[in-house]
Amino acid sequence: MRQIEADTITQAVERLCMEANYFLGQDVVDALEQSLKREESPTGQQILRDILENARIGREELSPICQDTGFTIAFVELGQEAEVVGGSLDEAITKGVAQGYTKGYLRASIVQDPLRRINTKDNTPPVIHVEVVPGDRLRLTVMCKGSGCENMSRFAMLTPAQGRKGVVNFVVETVLKGGGRPCPPLIVGVGLGGTFDQATYIAKRSLLRPVGSHHTEAHIKELEEELFEKVNATGVGPQAWGGRTTALAVHVETYPCHIASLPVAVNIECHSHRLKTTIL
Amino acid sequence: MPEEIIHIKAPIDEKTVLGLRAGQKVLFDGVFYTARDSSHKRLVELIEQGKPLPIDLQGQVIYYVGPTPARPGQVIGSAGPTTSSRMDPYMEPLYKKGLKGTVGKGERSQEVIDLMKRYKAVHFSNIGGAAALVARSIRKCDMIAFEDLGTEAIHRLEVEDFFAIVAYDTLGNDMYKEAIKIWGKEESRIQ
Ligand code: SF4
Repeated sequence: MRQIEADTITQAVERLCMEANYFLGQDVVDALEQSLKREESPTGQQILRDILENARIGREELSPICQDTGFTIAFVELGQEAEVVGGSLDEAITKGVAQGYTKGYLRASIVQDPLRRINTKDNTPPVIHVEVVPGDRLRLTVMCKGSGCENMSRFAMLTPAQGRKGVVNFVVETVLKGGGRPCPPLIVGVGLGGTFDQATYIAKRSLLRPVGSHHTEAHIKELEEELFEKVNATGVGPQAWGGRTTALAVHVETYPCHIASLPVAVNIECHSHRLKTTIL
Repeated sequence: MPEEIIHIKAPIDEKTVLGLRAGQKVLFDGVFYTARDSSHKRLVELIEQGKPLPIDLQGQVIYYVGPTPARPGQVIGSAGPTTSSRMDPYMEPLYKKGLKGTVGKGERSQEVIDLMKRYKAVHFSNIGGAAALVARSIRKCDMIAFEDLGTEAIHRLEVEDFFAIVAYDTLGNDMYKEAIKIWGKEESRIQ
């Protein structure tokens, strides 16, 4: 068994929280630049340029690109021939979040109880997803998920008869209902199939793909392309002030499902797409 | 849409408020107060209990923001807008106290649009997620009330050339609805 120190994980999480918030990924920057070429609205173009300028300031001054530094979600792929020593995996990650948010001047946005609503002051606890995979490495991805966009996410249990058309309508409707609240341009993550929980999980996981990459299955890639066209035809545009760039990308992930159901989850992500990965 | 950007002062006077039209781009100079979910809840509770407010809202502009902590030497951390519609349930008592403007991101409810017509107030939107850029137009930041709420506390901001667009005006015009009318294409229609 290969041993990985809990402390190494804590330090990695601390660093990834800060980097995610200061450095917008190159895939998002590229997608923004591409959309700037397509955008027809002068106001929309200005917004896209401001978002790129904002990313530059974040990078150069180590400033959070958005004030909502998000709910921290850790995706862990733990090799089955690796073991975490010197503390628990959960505690190691949680400590890393607390340190990253405190030292990095990031906003504490988490309340301990959904109804009593007292701030935990260090952005803990994170949400942690662990998958056990072959190998002896630990792959760690930290996502800092804004709530303006998370709040505009939706789920539906469609019927098999509603099919592909039902899925397309539900995704477009979700984007229209969200309007300007999730800060378009968006990255739209769609989870199709599975169960109530699995559909939402794969919708979120689809956001881990490089922005604008496509599904390996041809018919799902086609669905992504159709959704991308339709969502951008809504006219919502940057910030919903009108224009062509409502989404930078639509990602769809699928899972087998029951003969009776067609679950669809739409996880809305904003242009402040904060995601960093490391391998330990 | 009117294209030329105009300078306006905050707090805003009645004449300016009445003259603004949805789609007008503005640069603010002057004073904003910050407030978001928890601070709105407290303000409205104080009003309901007949107690004095920590700020005089007459003519004022509230910016919906919860900034990141400032680094040493910074005026404020990153400071972009939060979603306006979450404050919808609190608006009427604040308009009654003289609030004239609000700044946030995204659409508001028809109810609030109607309240703006009745109480002669306007709502502005600025660019969500451009938080480090927006912070550059904030020159001063002072704690005013509810310090225990952390990022949700009420601060007094001094702003200069703070960019925003009129989203809703005193006539009920709606920049968001207009945008969809202009830019929406047939093929996005839900079938
Ligand atoms: S939706 Fe995204 S860009 Fe908008 S405020 Fe929230 S985190 Fe920032």
